[in-house]
Amino acid sequence: MSTPAAIRVFARDWTYFKRIWKSVLIGSVLQPMMYLLGVGLGVGSLVDRGADSAELLGGVSYAAFYATAVIATTAMFVAGQEALWPTMDGFSWSYAYRAQTSTPIEPTDVALGLMLHYGLRSLLSTAGVVVVLTFFADTRNPGLLLTLPVGVLTGWAFAMPFAAWTATRETDSSFPAIMRFGIIPMFLFGGAFYPVEQLPDWLEPVAWITPLWHGIELCRGAVLGGLGGGMAVVHLAALIGFVTAGLVAASVTFTKRLRV
Amino acid sequence: MSVLTNPAAVTRIVPAVVFDVKRPQRMIERSAFVYRRSWMILVSGFFEPLFYLLSIRIGLSALIGDVETGGRLVPYDEFVAPGLMAASAMNGAVFDSTMNVFFKIKHSRLYDAVLATPLSAGDVAVGEITFAVIRGALYSTAFMLTMWALGMVSSPWIVLSVPACVLIGFAFASLGMALTTYMRSWEDFEYVPALTLPLFLFSATFYPLSQYGDFAWAVQFSPLYHGVELVRAANLGEWDVSILAHAGVLVALTIVGTVIAARRIERLLLT
Repeated sequence: MSTPAAIRVFARDWTYFKRIWKSVLIGSVLQPMMYLLGVGLGVGSLVDRGADSAELLGGVSYAAFYATAVIATTAMFVAGQEALWPTMDGFSWSYAYRAQTSTPIEPTDVALGLMLHYGLRSLLSTAGVVVVLTFFADTRNPGLLLTLPVGVLTGWAFAMPFAAWTATRETDSSFPAIMRFGIIPMFLFGGAFYPVEQLPDWLEPVAWITPLWHGIELCRGAVLGGLGGGMAVVHLAALIGFVTAGLVAASVTFTKRLRV
Repeated sequence: MSVLTNPAAVTRIVPAVVFDVKRPQRMIERSAFVYRRSWMILVSGFFEPLFYLLSIRIGLSALIGDVETGGRLVPYDEFVAPGLMAASAMNGAVFDSTMNVFFKIKHSRLYDAVLATPLSAGDVAVGEITFAVIRGALYSTAFMLTMWALGMVSSPWIVLSVPACVLIGFAFASLGMALTTYMRSWEDFEYVPALTLPLFLFSATFYPLSQYGDFAWAVQFSPLYHGVELVRAANLGEWDVSILAHAGVLVALTIVGTVIAARRIERLLLT
């Protein structure tokens, strides 16, 4: 049996990744660490002094509360950005996907190969955060292992719809707006820095429909507990829904873009 | 022989490009024309600090309450807003002077085209930095008005936060431009956030210097820290002589950055 076409597409990304992994490491491992130190420990020491903050955070330290969310936010940033500029490169700048689909590889294989690539990038960067969390007593427990697949799912929930969108664009002019009005607000209001219950009543339901919130709740539940089985299933289903819809959309837009 | 007694020595310290500035306004005019067609990019850049301010106000302020700064207690959002204002001046200046300048040097070859006209390398350096600073001043003014509208301002001296941010913009734009002249490819830009993110997080931006304990002295090495102190003093309306030192650090960095950048750009473009 020959190698599946998606694996061949992925092999190209992997070859490139092996050349640039050092500079990638800074973005996907060093930056989350700095946030863990700067916000988790620094702002955390201010929060934990607050009289009723422990109650608002569900009885855990702020460092633990925030750090568990960093797993999901890192996956969002890394996989989401990977599906914008670097993916645009394959369509409009280097024409790599055009070259791939001039062989027996189909546009859907390109989408699946990229999915493997986004998944690996999410896994590596969330694994970096998870390793750091084992250094802190508050977050050191076997639940950390469960956050790895959640990180990959969260990454895909952003990367697959984004890749579908990228395939429809000729230039990157819409990407900064996606970052500024999509990614950054989710990062700030998606429950990473404080419970979404603190948001104004009209904003809280908005947080519920963001993939990031579901990823954060799952990571937090896996490591710190306090998440019921029913809700865990809801969060998982939501993430899988985003990933599936994104993959279907990507398959359609990739085919439209790359079919000769 | 000192610089003062020998005018020729001045040109060895201050690069020649600074002396052949003739029409920098033409460079600024060009940038203004370009942004007239992409004003959305300019406008949307203002939303990011707004989201940060709102998020902190909604969430962290409730968790943290009051923080001690400059010998008095202020609500956390009022403490953090000047830090974010200074940081956004830094981020804007760095982005403008690294990514944008690199693109113009390597890809669009803009400066090669400019130098084929009567404009000089000095015009390029002064014109580009000035436009970046004008753009930064617009953002800072918008930021200040937002703080005021959200009730995070505690003194009318806050108007001085805009010149303070211009100073931050000058320092980081010139340092960023100097750094860009050493960049080889786009991969090198991954290292830029590796420098600016720690400055953003650890410049007494999100919590007072006292929280750093034994490491408080190290924070002094952050150029952004001195900018944050200036903006925070403007917001509280409390001035003392240390302000001169903070401003002095930023001025010194601007001079060092400009001298390196102008020398390197002249060499990159004219040989």
